[in-house]
Amino acid sequence: MSILADRNEGAQVLLMGNEAIARGALEAGMGVAAGYPGTPSSEIIEGLSKVASELNLYVEWSVNEKVALEVAAAASFARLRSLCVMKQNGVNVASDFLLHLAGSGIRGGMVLVTCDDPGALSSVNEGESRHFAKMVEIPLLEPGDFQEAKDMTKWAFELSEELKTLVMLRSVTRTSHASGNVKLGKLPDAAKRAEFRYDGFILDLDTGIMISPPVTYKHGLQQARIARAREIFEDSPFNTYEGPEKPELLIVTSSACNLYSKEAISLLGLKDRVGLLKMGTTWPLPPKLLAKHLAATDKVLIVEEVIQFLEDNVKIIAAEKASAVGVKTFYGKNDGTIPAVGEMNPDIVIGALAKIMGVTYEAMPKDYEQKTQPLTFSMAPNRELTFCPGCPHRASFWNLHVALEKDGRKGFVCGDIGCYSMGLLPCGYNTMKTLHSMGSGTGIASGFGKLGQFGLDQPVLAICGDSTFFHAVMPALVNAVHHNANITLVVLDNSGTAMTGFQPHPGLTVSAMGESVPALDIAQICKAMGAKVEIKDPFALEETQATLNRLMEDTQGVKVLILRQLCGLSPEKKAKKRYEVSVDQAVCIGEGCGCNRLCTRVFRCPGLVWDEEAGKARIDEVICAGCGVCSFVCPSGAIRKQEVA
Amino acid sequence: MAKQLTKDPFNIIITGVGGQGNVMASRVLANMLVGKGYQITIGETFGASQRGGSVMSHIRVSEKSSWSPQIPRGQADIVVALEPIDAIRVLITYGNPHCLVLTNTRAIYPVGVIAGELNYPGQDEIRKTLTDISAKAWFLDATEEALRLGNPILGNIIMIGATVGTDVLPVTRDDFKEVIARSMPKDKLEMNLIAFDRGVEKIKCQ
Ligand code: SF4
Ligand code: SF4
Repeated sequence: MSILADRNEGAQVLLMGNEAIARGALEAGMGVAAGYPGTPSSEIIEGLSKVASELNLYVEWSVNEKVALEVAAAASFARLRSLCVMKQNGVNVASDFLLHLAGSGIRGGMVLVTCDDPGALSSVNEGESRHFAKMVEIPLLEPGDFQEAKDMTKWAFELSEELKTLVMLRSVTRTSHASGNVKLGKLPDAAKRAEFRYDGFILDLDTGIMISPPVTYKHGLQQARIARAREIFEDSPFNTYEGPEKPELLIVTSSACNLYSKEAISLLGLKDRVGLLKMGTTWPLPPKLLAKHLAATDKVLIVEEVIQFLEDNVKIIAAEKASAVGVKTFYGKNDGTIPAVGEMNPDIVIGALAKIMGVTYEAMPKDYEQKTQPLTFSMAPNRELTFCPGCPHRASFWNLHVALEKDGRKGFVCGDIGCYSMGLLPCGYNTMKTLHSMGSGTGIASGFGKLGQFGLDQPVLAICGDSTFFHAVMPALVNAVHHNANITLVVLDNSGTAMTGFQPHPGLTVSAMGESVPALDIAQICKAMGAKVEIKDPFALEETQATLNRLMEDTQGVKVLILRQLCGLSPEKKAKKRYEVSVDQAVCIGEGCGCNRLCTRVFRCPGLVWDEEAGKARIDEVICAGCGVCSFVCPSGAIRKQEVA
Repeated sequence: MAKQLTKDPFNIIITGVGGQGNVMASRVLANMLVGKGYQITIGETFGASQRGGSVMSHIRVSEKSSWSPQIPRGQADIVVALEPIDAIRVLITYGNPHCLVLTNTRAIYPVGVIAGELNYPGQDEIRKTLTDISAKAWFLDATEEALRLGNPILGNIIMIGATVGTDVLPVTRDDFKEVIARSMPKDKLEMNLIAFDRGVEKIKCQ
């Protein structure tokens, strides 16, 4: 049984931040949840989908974040409580609807959870979602630990209903993907009933139509809601203070930075000198509460990640209340006390705090440090990221790499978002030459494909995964076909959103809740759009390479090559090796002429290792997944594969 | 079994290579400690978890409260490594002269090593270094033992057994059994207990 549906009220359990958020939504009686997968947010919808039938929920992986927000909004309009989940840059995708939803208001409590990824641990941007809350004028909450992640999510639904506005709850990787003790609350039993009323007075928020006009009237309402939120936040239990009455330094922080700050104060032994004001309600900030704490100190350090959101807003309050609270010295991102980019950790806060307070701190004894630091180079060789053993993307990029070399006209691949983004690294033979947002590989290729008029004669390719295809590639492909752009789109169809852990997408026959649903066929869609479509198995190396070369030669319009092969981590594949693979060391020519370790030096599947003593390649049977691809790569036929019965 | 924590928070790091089952191992050990009434915080990086990168789980054990999901530099109390050079990597940042280390000896070569661009240190050198930069170092052939039991992924469970076998943590075999029985199908329970016991034995016989 999933811990999310545990009815053992009061039990202490270990929950991941994302599980705590999901549990909070369930304790609030949420009925509908929608999202698009993206690290570090995916476990929320995933967890909810597993308890959907048991708790009578509707949970879906939507085609993209904007549609997810629309699906969740519909539930709210029909008076259900609903949740929408995405990662930071997903909010950009959803933002157009977000703006209008803030204007129209909501009915059933509605919460938008965004999980930001400071330091881009699993992203290609260091995006910030908090400013959206300020920009579209909705309240913003940030949990400071795991218990709060649950309790705050539950409260967010109540707040949303009270104010009739969407509430945003922002988590970060180190909260979402960290785990801690959480005391479970009660799961409600109340039956949920949906009804959409629209026949009341046009401006009545509960019975009229749901629209953002008349705009200035609705905008005024929205600002009144924010003003009310500001008052409510003055007494919120999620804003806490720990420390002396008159601290020499006040730290103002939120989110995971709360735990880093607490750790730093403790390690430096500054409990009696430094105060910690942890804000859970970060937009709008409660001015009276802030003023009270600002008045008690002269120095203020703001600890936060990504952009200086909290810092700027605290400074505005300090300026407005200057006559009452006096002049402050501020430390934070603006003056460089806290780094402007990258994620925070306890050591950064320790460094900042030690400097401001004039104390010294040694993380480890000097002689230990001197002994260990040089070992980084001699004893701990770096592990660069690579595709999994048996991954079809390695084969696909190998095919692209070989075909592009053979073509010889300096063709290139415009990349996209997924595991295959690693195609820009050596494991993908550095094949990808652009990488931006979801779907932008095809959009950029569409632009490159029109530059022939200015003499661009390099073959233009784009790449995308199956989930990305539905999310944002389709409009770009329409654009390319319509404008007759000369491009080849390679769709890496591995039958799942592999990067984030196999969430279903519109190309598959099962939904998040395990129901059977109609699958949309990528090949048919591309054909209907007017592209020339071919389908190959990337593990059939020669055939795929020949096809790629032929498509690059064809200068007429849009060509689509679908490379279809299951992800190496798919449950079907993990269960069983297809081939038993071995290197015949008598045939392997190793560093000799005609090979020079092609398999280990260039192809680089981690299942193949270099046997230093023998001077030959060898298979590591614990790591090799048995895909058999390397047997085609070896020029001397030394890699043998035998079908496993 | 230790009666109580020797330090609060007590800091455990479990490290390995993506795909080795780091996350599972940290969850099992943490749940054992939650069962004993401790406040646990686990910090994890998932991004590289399946893709050949170094992965770490930071486990903070406390009688009182949650702590940062990232352990500060130099503050590890015990390092459990599923791969030997990752034990060294972790000690460089989080180690100190009092830190204990427990490592699986089976090498997983970084792609840079496979490609001939980087050097992988010899087993003797690894042993010497780890012994030199820790208060005590244990070495186990957990993967080989797991292969003898029929599945390399059991290497994790052997390492958990070994960790409990060091008597540093206030947890027992029964705590392990309880957690594993909750999270795994019945038919796998027996094999996991065997693997756990092998880990304990390996420590007791060193
Ligand atoms: S590619 Fe073949 S011949 Fe070359 S090193 Fe590898 S196994 Fe040996
Ligand atoms: S068969 Fe070859 S390419 Fe496939 S996983 Fe094994 S070593 Fe890697």
